[in-house]
Amino acid sequence: MTDSVDHSVVVDLAISELVAEHPPATTDAKEFWGAQFEAGLAWVDFPVGDGGLGVSPSLREVVSRRLTEAGAPMWNRTANILGIGMAAGVLAAHGTQEQRTRWLRPMFTMDEIWCQLFSEPGAGSDVAGLATRAVRDGEEWILNGQKTWTTLAHLAKWGMVVTRTDPDQPKHRGMTYFVVDMEADGVDIRPLYQITGEAEFNEVFFDDTPVPDKNRIDDVGAGWRVAMTTLMNERVAIGGRTVPRGEGTIGSAIGIWNESGSRDAATRRELARLWSEVEAMRLTSIRAAENMQAGVPGPEGSTSKLAWADLNKEVTDFTVTMQGLEGAAIPEGYTLEPTSYDTREVERVMSPQRAFLRARANSIEGGTSEIMRNILGERVLGLPGEPRVDKNLPWNEVPRG
Amino acid sequence: MADRITFVRTDEQRMLADTLREFLESTVDLDAVREQSLTDGAIDRDAWEGLRQMGLVAPHVPEEYGGGGFSFVETAIVFEELGRRVVPVPLLSSVLASAAILAAGSAEQKAQLLPSISSGERIATLAIFESAHDPNDIQCVAERVGAGWELKGTKRYVTDAPNADVFVVAADTGSGVGLFVVDGSSEGASVTPTLSLDATRPLGELTLDRVPVADDSYLGGSPNPEAIRTALDVGVVALAQEQSGGAQRCLEMSVEYANARFQFGRAIGSFQAVKHMCADMLVSVEHAKSAAWHAARSMDDPDELRIAVPLAKSVCSDAYLRAAGDTIQIFGGIGFTWEHDAHLYFKRAKSTSLLLGSVDSYRDRLADAIGI
Repeated sequence: MTDSVDHSVVVDLAISELVAEHPPATTDAKEFWGAQFEAGLAWVDFPVGDGGLGVSPSLREVVSRRLTEAGAPMWNRTANILGIGMAAGVLAAHGTQEQRTRWLRPMFTMDEIWCQLFSEPGAGSDVAGLATRAVRDGEEWILNGQKTWTTLAHLAKWGMVVTRTDPDQPKHRGMTYFVVDMEADGVDIRPLYQITGEAEFNEVFFDDTPVPDKNRIDDVGAGWRVAMTTLMNERVAIGGRTVPRGEGTIGSAIGIWNESGSRDAATRRELARLWSEVEAMRLTSIRAAENMQAGVPGPEGSTSKLAWADLNKEVTDFTVTMQGLEGAAIPEGYTLEPTSYDTREVERVMSPQRAFLRARANSIEGGTSEIMRNILGERVLGLPGEPRVDKNLPWNEVPRG
Repeated sequence: MADRITFVRTDEQRMLADTLREFLESTVDLDAVREQSLTDGAIDRDAWEGLRQMGLVAPHVPEEYGGGGFSFVETAIVFEELGRRVVPVPLLSSVLASAAILAAGSAEQKAQLLPSISSGERIATLAIFESAHDPNDIQCVAERVGAGWELKGTKRYVTDAPNADVFVVAADTGSGVGLFVVDGSSEGASVTPTLSLDATRPLGELTLDRVPVADDSYLGGSPNPEAIRTALDVGVVALAQEQSGGAQRCLEMSVEYANARFQFGRAIGSFQAVKHMCADMLVSVEHAKSAAWHAARSMDDPDELRIAVPLAKSVCSDAYLRAAGDTIQIFGGIGFTWEHDAHLYFKRAKSTSLLLGSVDSYRDRLADAIGI
């Protein structure tokens, strides 16, 4: 495809054809996604044959909007977010053609769910310090170690895993990235119960788990580079959520206020202040998207993860406070159970108490707020980094605890 | 709204900002601004003259009244740039006065009054407040005397009063609050400068002792309290832009210093305590820019403005105060000195949060607007 071709015309045509030939109202979701993949409208910027049309990534927005308007099923993107939102980008950037051909289509059609295995009990913010070992054995690698905070592991067919393959190298250099079969021998998945009693995440144990070398992504020792691509995609997938004005947790705060019948002026003002902060954040996401679209991205594109974490904690705390003593009750109580991932559910309705408890994770998951502040300070504002004591030390000599 | 102005600046708007920034950086000497803080009521005449020559005193006023005929966004850009450099010019006052005239005046009054204000030839301001808290608490009276009026009362916290040639005054006519245009040189009118926290924006008290006003200086010829609200809202949007520009500049100064200042053998910006303060400042500055720009682009949408104005006041006031306060902290001892620029921003941040009504009063309005 040459530059002289108007890409948006090509995309428009493909969308019209897809919708005409597979009317969303009467087509099974899986069948539609398959057709969408064949039409190159899964990730429109990917090459033809890999679910794309080789056009600008900015046209993803157009595809989303048009397909949503046409009533097409879109929930594969949330239900298989780690695959469609992250693994796909990794395969596009670092995978082989054979790997893309094997994995992309069943990922998009939801035949195969994906998960991501980076964090470990001993490697949280410092994920590059991870200790899960992979040792080569002929055409296979043998994995041993423990991963944690693994969303969807219990439903997943494939896991993106970063392992230590050379402990004598400094930490960033001795890692290798694989795609592991979550149904393989020696994989033990246990729910990880959290502050709310439910288990959104899992712990995953590898005990002599075999991974064929053909499931290695990029070179031996290139694991960190591939992990970085994954994390960039993760922050894009997590941040930038633009719910409609006044919805989400601030909406439930307003609901509680209205139900309470209170006329307390100070509470009302504080609620208005929080509303204004949430709205300014929402407008910033819109501004970021518009500037990105126009080719003039600025720092406004990097602030939403940190802003949302702080603000959502504040809003949910305020909501429970507004309830007075009623705030000391939790309607659904605590039961230890894995989260049901009803794949069509867009946003689960939580009690104020559950939202308040869940919000504590906002400043931890997907990069703690401290790490986000470092990133904003160093990459966006250009401030110098902290001195690093472990940078050039072989991984097996770095102090741990 | 399909035809809403987006957040993306046009090439022309970017060029306007660049040109104005360059001009203000080469023209406005912050040492001189500091010096002027010791006197009261000073204006940076070179900057004001430059704005006049560039036609930037009234970009949003219709061309038939001597303005630029642009949307409010162009005016917003001017305020953002002025805010970046705490420039002492009476533009806020001029915009407030022209907004009141545009909202309440008859076509003849607009044609007669606005061109000299739009060109900057005459400095105008808006005289509303008498109490420190409530713009609706108006004791100043306008009495019918013959074919005209006589104004009596005292207006306080009038921006740029010491330099103003003409005042738009809110007075109780007996049948509602109306707006009157009063020449500063009128018999019975006198201005006492107020020693201002932010001396780069002079305040003053306007005393009206039976000041005679002709009937054709009564805007619209009938009470119009809504026009007061409209004018104050325009002022808040302009100030929000000034606040976001000032906050952005504070962030830049802080980052520059955190890179350059070494203690314990390291740039202080490498310490997380300082770095994280800068990161938090960045977040609130970006939010302030969004809120301010949103208000500016919503200027022709009255429904949206009911939300966008108090939103901008709330978000931008807090962001600027935080940025200016943290800037002093990051500069440490030097940031507390008279010689340093930080206090100019800090004072501007506090005074802009108080001007045209408290942040709390706008949060109450926001609460009304969103129905809580």
